[in-house]
Amino acid sequence: MTSESWLEQALSQALTRPLTHLVNLEQPLDLQSYVQAGGYIGATKALTQLTPKEVLDIVSDSGLKGRGGAGFPTGMKWGCIPALQDESRQAPPSYLICNGDEMEPGTFKDRYLLEGVPHQLIEAMIIASYTINADKAFLFLRGEYHLAATRLQQAIDQAYENNWLGENIQGTNYQLDLYLHTSAGRYICGEETALINALEGKRAIPRAKPPFPQVSGLFGKPTVVNNVETLSNLPHILKHGSQWFKDLSPNSDPGTKLYAACGQVKNPGVWELPMGVTIRELLYDYAGGMKDDVKLKGLLPGGASTDFLVEQHLDTPMDFDSIGKAGSRLGTGGLIVLGDKHCPVAMVLNLLRFFAQESCGWCTPCRDGTPWAVEILTRIEQGKGSLSDMTQLEDLCDFMWLGKTHCALAPGAVEPLKSAMRYFKDDFEQHIEQGCCPYQSNSNEQAQKEEQIESEHLVREGTNQEGLNLEGINQERDSDE
Amino acid sequence: MNNNNTEIIPSMMITDEEIDFRQYLSSEELSVIEHEVSIMETREAAGIEALKVVQKHRGWISDNSLIAIAQCLQISSAQLEGVATFYNLIYRQKVGHYVIHLCDSISCHLTGYDEILKVIQTYLGIGYGQTTPDGEFTLLSNVCLGSCDKSPAMMINGQHYHSLTNESVVSILNGLSQNAGENV
Repeated sequence: MTSESWLEQALSQALTRPLTHLVNLEQPLDLQSYVQAGGYIGATKALTQLTPKEVLDIVSDSGLKGRGGAGFPTGMKWGCIPALQDESRQAPPSYLICNGDEMEPGTFKDRYLLEGVPHQLIEAMIIASYTINADKAFLFLRGEYHLAATRLQQAIDQAYENNWLGENIQGTNYQLDLYLHTSAGRYICGEETALINALEGKRAIPRAKPPFPQVSGLFGKPTVVNNVETLSNLPHILKHGSQWFKDLSPNSDPGTKLYAACGQVKNPGVWELPMGVTIRELLYDYAGGMKDDVKLKGLLPGGASTDFLVEQHLDTPMDFDSIGKAGSRLGTGGLIVLGDKHCPVAMVLNLLRFFAQESCGWCTPCRDGTPWAVEILTRIEQGKGSLSDMTQLEDLCDFMWLGKTHCALAPGAVEPLKSAMRYFKDDFEQHIEQGCCPYQSNSNEQAQKEEQIESEHLVREGTNQEGLNLEGINQERDSDE
Repeated sequence: MNNNNTEIIPSMMITDEEIDFRQYLSSEELSVIEHEVSIMETREAAGIEALKVVQKHRGWISDNSLIAIAQCLQISSAQLEGVATFYNLIYRQKVGHYVIHLCDSISCHLTGYDEILKVIQTYLGIGYGQTTPDGEFTLLSNVCLGSCDKSPAMMINGQHYHSLTNESVVSILNGLSQNAGENV
């Protein structure tokens, strides 16, 4: 496709797929092309025609809710910034932080925006920073997103060269410096107060709230932390108005949403759809339904830290309220789909291992509770569990629940665990009664596969097959480089 | 293994006075660290960037590197150790030329992770946390790499590999092995 026809097609979807219509994963638009495609109009409008309070009012009126998982209204979050409550603008400058630490297992929507249309995020950060009276903004990106880091830094450099960052932006009195910070790999950094500690160079442990970051955040200054997708809506809300944004969705949660599906589906991917598409539509119309020979067992609707839903919930709209009423959370809007040939206990064990590894260790219910759950689940999965283990898991779910922990990590681990024990109770009990994993009745097949791997001489030249090399790295630990 | 553990103790007895960070760190490393410091309100806030730039040049963070960075940032090495060991991508032990981070999270788990791990372990003869005797490959796990639509996935030295099969993973490692041979 030529670039002209690509652009033409993209622009035809500007009003229905605002977040992704300009996404180009092969080669994202540079600043000039992004401007030609209608970019930076929202930022121009904010900086030249509106006061910060007026921008806040538009965003509040749009009803935009945070897309990072919690669904908190963005306007309300910003409204707590002292500068927005003090018309004289005598309040201290704030910080804006874009949370691009996308590490929730089963979530890859932000990568799409970060790699595919970096200028949209920079424009969005300019609008948000202007509104909350920030003269410095940080883009906190997870360490593994190397391609996104390269493209974002290029876009930031272009924005500086073209006076969209730096002093007197586009001839106004507004000044903003934007820095890319790449992290070094830890899930808890996505929690906003842990993220602030990470940026300050401290061990990334969540802070007690209050004070909330809007009052005392990065380096003790008022700080707003917003998710990539949340921010990316801003240029379009400014450009087309809050009513247009509300009209995008047929129900009470406005806007579009980046939905995704992964796991045992035919066509995993990410799609921008009006908020409130049903799970069934997402699973069958977009993700192509289940993989061959597999029936739906259950799914997590919004990442690893959401409750399982099952067949009976397929017609639930994927919006914050409806998914909440069905007993789960919209989270990040990414389905993780489990088929009926795969062991649900093994799946929950995988999830809990993740949470146990990524627990920051600060509070006891999480630090001790998550590995304890892993230990019990491992026992059950191996066929060595007892029925009292089920009671103990129930107790753990209670010990790790909201209000008993320092942050939402452990409650996030409880959600898939507790719901799995509810919907897949038979499976847990079969493991215990049969003394083995009933899904591995084809274990002969598994053993054959493993033998095949070993017998096919898929061994690197010079590799000692007698045993694993247990020394390797440690020996040279103290040799100076 | 036990011998290796005991070696940690004498190295941590190196006192800060024995290292002068101005001589230990290269001018390029120092300039990246000072640039980061100029952005932040405190020197300690440059910690991650400092660890990353030193690791980029030296492959890993040795005890001496840790002490030098801590000096440069005017914080205790114990505090920086608390930060360094918190992160999965900061290596506090020597690693191989290629560091394989195999994603072990849920989407990969549902789409064939177990077999891919087995293939890699068989091919290289090492398990998680280990390095091949020739120092070429280290195998580590990684939490969700964000490639769930193209799972199973792995990352090697910043390069991401998707939709892995038993065959493709061997061919990738084989290709890197040959590169390594040519470099010698």
